[in-house]
Amino acid sequence: MIEGIFVDGLIFSIMVLGILISFRIMDMADLTCDGSVATGAAAAAICITHGLPIFISLLVAFGCGVLCGMITAGIHNKLHIPGLLASILTMTMLYSINLRILGNKANLPLLRVETLYTQMPKMFSFLPSEYASLLGTLLVVGLIKGLFDLFFRCDLGISIGAMGSNEQMVISQGMNPENLKLLGLGISNGLIALSGGLLAQYQGFADANLGQGMVVQGLAGIMLGEFLFSSNKIHLITLRAIFGAIMYKALMFFGRKYGYLIHITPNDFKLLTGILVIISLFVAETRNKASNKGARKKALARTKERRNQLNMEAK
Amino acid sequence: MLELSHVTKVFYPGTVNEKLAIEDLSLNVQDGDVICVIGSNGSGKSTLFNLISGTYPVTSGTIKLNGHDITRMPEYKRAFTIGRIFQDPTKGTAASMSIEDNMITASSKGSKGLRISLNNEKRAQFRKLLEPIGLQDRLKDNVGLLSGGQRQALTLLMTVMSKPQMVLLDEHTAALDPRNAQTVMDLTTDYIGQYHLTAMMVTHNMQFAIDYGNRLIMMDEGQIVLDLSGVAKQQMTVEGLVKLFKNIKNKEYNNDEGLLTTD
Repeated sequence: MIEGIFVDGLIFSIMVLGILISFRIMDMADLTCDGSVATGAAAAAICITHGLPIFISLLVAFGCGVLCGMITAGIHNKLHIPGLLASILTMTMLYSINLRILGNKANLPLLRVETLYTQMPKMFSFLPSEYASLLGTLLVVGLIKGLFDLFFRCDLGISIGAMGSNEQMVISQGMNPENLKLLGLGISNGLIALSGGLLAQYQGFADANLGQGMVVQGLAGIMLGEFLFSSNKIHLITLRAIFGAIMYKALMFFGRKYGYLIHITPNDFKLLTGILVIISLFVAETRNKASNKGARKKALARTKERRNQLNMEAK
Repeated sequence: MLELSHVTKVFYPGTVNEKLAIEDLSLNVQDGDVICVIGSNGSGKSTLFNLISGTYPVTSGTIKLNGHDITRMPEYKRAFTIGRIFQDPTKGTAASMSIEDNMITASSKGSKGLRISLNNEKRAQFRKLLEPIGLQDRLKDNVGLLSGGQRQALTLLMTVMSKPQMVLLDEHTAALDPRNAQTVMDLTTDYIGQYHLTAMMVTHNMQFAIDYGNRLIMMDEGQIVLDLSGVAKQQMTVEGLVKLFKNIKNKEYNNDEGLLTTD
């Protein structure tokens, strides 16, 4: 049971990493996620049911996600409309495309086929099956986090970050921001779709409505993580995003388990997630203010001390 | 090295907001020129810089750089040879990234690869470059923590690091206090000499424009109305400039109103 939360949270954390790229690193509100996570799930599911190897299926899911992100970036670049609007367009169009991928059905079950989560217990047969799934997912997430950190420390990754902070600077350094956006949103949605592909296998079905409200959930995960510690180092930023994702899933799990005691049903979760994001923003804001207050007091005390010391020396 | 011929820029053509910002402007910038550009607000100085660096496309006319036609070249490609520094100190650097990350993006022009080139050797180099502006011990600090003067000095350093042939300085000391402005200006002079840069600089200080550089351009209503160099520039005085400006204006208005502050 507790392993379930972790597996769920780890799969979710891949998506949170994707959202981290668009919202935090590139400073772009990208809602493509709501569509591309379902695209990833649909693509992986249809590949698996057609007998393709699981690894290839996940690769296809990743590729489809990259394509989704690039479409958003392309619309944004060429028509000069805000990223938010471009991504809403892509997201809406993807809903139809996802239904097409699933063969005009809203739902595709993955029963009686080999998936990653039927293979993992065989691969790690020395463990009980739940823990085998956990170990396998952990390895996948670890690998992705490692590659992610490496990429955002290399020159190209740093330039994507620079673009998010100041687009003019990137242009002044002779880089085409359009290409960086294509790449950034591509990787972002690739990860999101990959997460969708894993999720479909874990829960045993792909669903065209899978993506609804995913962006907000992902943001909730990022924000929960940001409460843990503050840092400007990429490996710590990704680590806290992963922790945040697991924390969010744990919260939802306990909400589902004990929510009935206060008459909360799963129908209320979208509302609660939204409220969670608002609370997170509110707490971050007040914490900022509080630390400013503290900083002033401390700074004043230090200045006083220094002055006293100077006076002592003068005497 | 830079040749503008019959350049025109119209904003919002065909609407009620239509504005002729640059009208039939021709300018030939020689290699090694340090040009001060003066003119009242709205005279087209910034638009001229925007056209040269490629932020806006020209409406008509051609721009040549080192003999190549760059009229249709996008801004990011022109940035390889033309560096630009804005009045706003926040425009040249990425605030949410550390100084070293900012410098690594500036250390070479153009698209970056998957190499991780930020190593201790590079850090040592950066430290040495940062010494004149006193930031050598703050490589890991976010640029957002720096003061405006420090940021502008860093921007200047980052611009010359990537070795452009020409720099456009758009009142880059205007947002700084007099002491910081002097520091940044001294740095500018150092770098222009050290890297043999061709420079164009917008300033509102007429005395400074007379003293600095080898050429002075006055703009008005989207045109170059005065182009001084050599002895003529050396012997010019502020009063002389004002008188010349009045003469030019009088031709059109026959009064002194709006002197130096048109629009």
